[in-house]
Parts: sequence; C-alpha cells; structure tokens
Amino acid sequence: MAASAQTLEELARHAEPRWPWLAAVANFARRRPLGAVGAGLVLLTAALAATAHLVAPYDPLANDYGAMLAAPSAAHWLGTDAFGRDVLSRIIYGSRTALTVGLGASFLGASLGSLIGVTSAYFRGRVDLLVQRVMDVFFAFPVIVLALAVVAILGTGAGNVILAIATPMVPRCARVVRASALAVREMPYVDAARASGFRHQRIILRHMLPNVMAPILIMATAFLGEAILLEASLSFLGLGVQEPTAAWGLMLRGAAVEFAESAPWMAIFPGLAISLAVFGFNLFGDSLRDALDPRLRTQ
Amino acid sequence: MGYYILKRLLAMIPTLLGVAVLIFLLLRVIPGDVVEARYLTQGSQFQSQDLMDQERQKLGLDKPLWKQFTAWMGGLAHLDFGLSMWTSAPITEEIKLRFALSLQLALMASTIATCLAIPLGILAAIKQDTWIDYAVRVFTIAGLATPSFWLGTLMILGMLIIFKWVPPMMFTPLWVNPWDNLALLIWPALAVGYRYCAVGTRMMRSTMLEVLREDYIRTARAKGLWLKLILTRHALKNAILPVLTVISMEFAFLLGGLVVTEQVFNLNGLGMLFVEAISHRDYTLTQALVMLVATFFLVINFAVDIAYAWLDPRIHYR
Repeated sequence: MAASAQTLEELARHAEPRWPWLAAVANFARRRPLGAVGAGLVLLTAALAATAHLVAPYDPLANDYGAMLAAPSAAHWLGTDAFGRDVLSRIIYGSRTALTVGLGASFLGASLGSLIGVTSAYFRGRVDLLVQRVMDVFFAFPVIVLALAVVAILGTGAGNVILAIATPMVPRCARVVRASALAVREMPYVDAARASGFRHQRIILRHMLPNVMAPILIMATAFLGEAILLEASLSFLGLGVQEPTAAWGLMLRGAAVEFAESAPWMAIFPGLAISLAVFGFNLFGDSLRDALDPRLRTQ
Repeated sequence: MGYYILKRLLAMIPTLLGVAVLIFLLLRVIPGDVVEARYLTQGSQFQSQDLMDQERQKLGLDKPLWKQFTAWMGGLAHLDFGLSMWTSAPITEEIKLRFALSLQLALMASTIATCLAIPLGILAAIKQDTWIDYAVRVFTIAGLATPSFWLGTLMILGMLIIFKWVPPMMFTPLWVNPWDNLALLIWPALAVGYRYCAVGTRMMRSTMLEVLREDYIRTARAKGLWLKLILTRHALKNAILPVLTVISMEFAFLLGGLVVTEQVFNLNGLGMLFVEAISHRDYTLTQALVMLVATFFLVINFAVDIAYAWLDPRIHYR
C-alpha cells in the first residue's frame, strides 16, 4: 500500500513540470513554431538594443578614415560606410532607435486610439456620431502628408517622429476598438456599473477597457512592425532622426545609394536588419492573434 | 438602392469639407510660407520686408484666413484648382502627368498583387498547417516586413551587378513608347506589389479558413462534390469580399503613398510631388493634392460598398 502511494506521488510529481513557465514556452514553441521564431527575433532585437554598448565592436559614431568604404573583413564584419564607421556597430545601435520609436508610437497610437474608440462606443448617440465623422476625415487624409506635416511643424527628432507615426494609427485603432466596445457596452455588468452610480470615467477605464484588451493587443503588435517600417521610411527621406544618430533607415540613405555598386554592404545589411526585426514582430503578433482569436484556431 | 447611393454620395461632402479644413489649417501652422521658402533657396535671406510683403499680397496670403478659405472653396466648387504658388503654373497641368504615372504604377502593382494573392491564399488555407501553408505564411510575413524601397534598391543593385543593366531613368508615357515605359515601371511595381500581395494573401487565407469551417461546406463535401467546385462555387464567393476590401484600400493608399519608392526609382509621381509641395510651402498645390487623394479614397470606399451589395445578395442597403 505504502509503496504504491509513493509511486503515485512520484508519478504526480513527474507529470508536474519542474519549470512551469519553461514548459509553457516549450509548449508554445511546439504548437506555434513560427511564433517561437518570431519571439526569438524580438528577444534578439531587444537584447541587442539593451546591451548595444557592450556588444557593439566599435563606437557607432567613430570615424576610421583609414578604412572608408571598407569591404566586410575580420576587423569590420559588415564593412564600413563612407565615413569609415563600422556598419555592424551602427546596426546594433540602430536597434535602439527602431525599438524606441516603434514601441513609443505603437503604445501611443494604440492607447489613444482605444481610449477614443471605447469612449465613443460608451456614450453612443451624438458623441459617437461626431467622433466617427472626425475619424472619417483622418482616414481619408493621406498618411504620408499627416506624417510630413507633423514633422514640418514640430521638427525632426525621435519624440516628434513617434508623434508623427502615432497620429495616423489613432483613427485605425479607434475604429476597430469601437466595434468591439459596442458589444461590451451591451453587457449586463456595464448596466450594473451605471446603476451603481459609477462615474463615466471609471466605467470606461475599469469596466470596458479591460474587456476589449484582445483587439487592442493585436492592433498594437501589428502597429509595432509598421511603426519600425515607417520610421525607416521617414529617416530615409531625411525626415526622421538626424545624422549622426545610428538609425537603419538613415543608413540606407545618401552614400548607401551613391556607392551602392562599389560598396553594396552599406545598402544590404541595414535593410536586412529592418526586415528581420519587423519579420520577427509580425510572426509573433500573428501567432498571438491566432492564440487570442479562437475562431481561427486549428481544430 | 438608388436612395442609398445618393445618401452615400452626399455623406462624402462633410468628410471632404473636414479634410479641406484640416489641410488648410495644418499648412498654415507649419512655420514659413512660400515667399520665405523661395528666398531661402535663392540664398538671400536679407530680402527687404517690403518686397516680401508685396509678394504675399500678390498671392493673397495677406488676406484673413477665412477669406483665403472661402476663395479656395469657391474655386473648388466649380473644379478650379487655381495656380501653384511655387511655379505659377495651373495646378491641373502640374498634376496631370504625375497622376498618370502614379495611377499606372498603382494599377500594375495591384494586378500583380491580386493575381498572386488569391491563389496563394486559397492554397495556404486548404493546406493549413502543412509545409505549404508555412511557406506561404513566411513568404507573406516577409513581404510585410521588407521595406519596398529597400527591395527596390536591391533590384537595381542586382541588375547592375549581374546584368550590367540599369532600367531607364526617364519616364516615357505609355502611349509614347510602351516598351520603355514598362521597362521602367515594372520594377517599382514588383517592389511595391510584393508587400501588397502579402496583405491580400493573408486576408484571403484567413477568410477562406473561416468559410471552410462553415456547415454548408461540410455538407457540400459530404455529398461528395468535387473539391474544385466547392472552392470556386461555394467558398471563394463568400471569402472574397474582405479580400476585395483590403486590395482596394491598398490601391487607394498606393496613389499618394509611394514617396520613398518613387525616390529610389527616380520617378516623379504624386508622392514626390507631395514632398516637394510641402517643402516649398506651396499651399495651393498641397491642398489640391490632398483633396484629390482624399476624394479618390472616398470614391473607392464607396465603390467597394456598392460592390458588396452587388456580389452578396444578403446585403441590402437602405
């Protein structure tokens, strides 16, 4: 009897994973291999950004006039640019710019957009109608003009670029979140909260917002990749962060085009960095959506 | 239906008015105006204030804002866009060729994208969670992740290094020399089309997956219908509508949003015109461009809604 009880306990202990979160990660990786690859890329980008000052072999701003436009070699793995700056180091430091702008813009755009969406759905009636019409105007407005105008008014620099990229995201997020919030608005607990005499602000923030978190999360991850791309485009046009800051879009500009034939590494590697980072965020976001949206789940 | 169409057309007016007010005010908030921009490029910042004021008076920039706005609206009401503040040429002349270029590029890119997206999306959906599905998904997610301007740079670089050939750098209209025109535009169309195709494929895959789980598909399979017939007759018809929406929305975006790709391929399309007009503080030209792109967007939106009602008999608009 005693022996069998012990084996039962042992069995139970074996069934129980020793590292529960590690098991969860392993489970996620097994069931969504693409998502795991994406998460890996995201983690890699984040780790590079956090430890750029430790991992980068050179100072990203240091000029080595003895090695201008040098081809990839043991000293400079990915070559150097027209000012003799190490391309690899600049790519590693560039991840900081990309992540700052990407996270900042998607957080700002998604939170402002969802707040507007939920508020509009909560009040309905005239407020909703007015908000919808204003959102229509922003929708019809060309995205690039909005971004160009924000940069022209506020000037370049990371903070303004975040604002420029977040602005067009607000109406898109507001529309999606409003649709979900309209359903939540009909839930009995919202009626109960109103009957209890809670203030509008409290109902919107504490009762409705948490219940539309899934679409917000999906939108925010989708925005992240887009924001990194848009930041690269703006930098490429000279409207993003300014030289000598290390930013991927900036690295593709000017000399990279001019010397593309003789020094193709300048045009290839920063673009590869953009693609890989956005690829990672998109893969991860995709799997997240599959996991959160039960309708698309594999049966 | 006729009433609905009329209602939708009328609803465009307040939206367009909102767009007009927004761009009008935005432009005036941007520091500097066209007169300052011109003197700065001429390198003489020390122009006399009198001369600049005269210049402003000539352009009507000294009038109060509401007068400038009503004058502009009055012109728009009978489709008169006025003159560009920077070049003094009629705006319709400035826009005409560039619009043709952007429209052709957008049409080519959407043809490429649609022809690839629909079959790829269906394939990925019916082979869900097999290596085919994974390959299509990786292909499309990579498409979303690759900046089209970088893809364009790589294309030019590849042709330069491998074939020692560069696409022609001068734009020739299609009706003048079709071969030169296509040899130039096919590359940006491919670079942009990849991303575009990725958006369409993903939508096709996910709507197809949803439709394939419906009961009527199961019924059709249970009675032993040929798979191809089920797909085209039953599934595709129901799954195609959202794909149509994203494809037309992307199309509307392409018209004015290709700034960076145009720069890489040295094309003078609407996107580059936007950048120039804003940096010159050319109020009239920017305003006309914004109104053009916004109208285009609204019309496409409207057309999609009408197409929905036409393709899906369950939808009735009142």
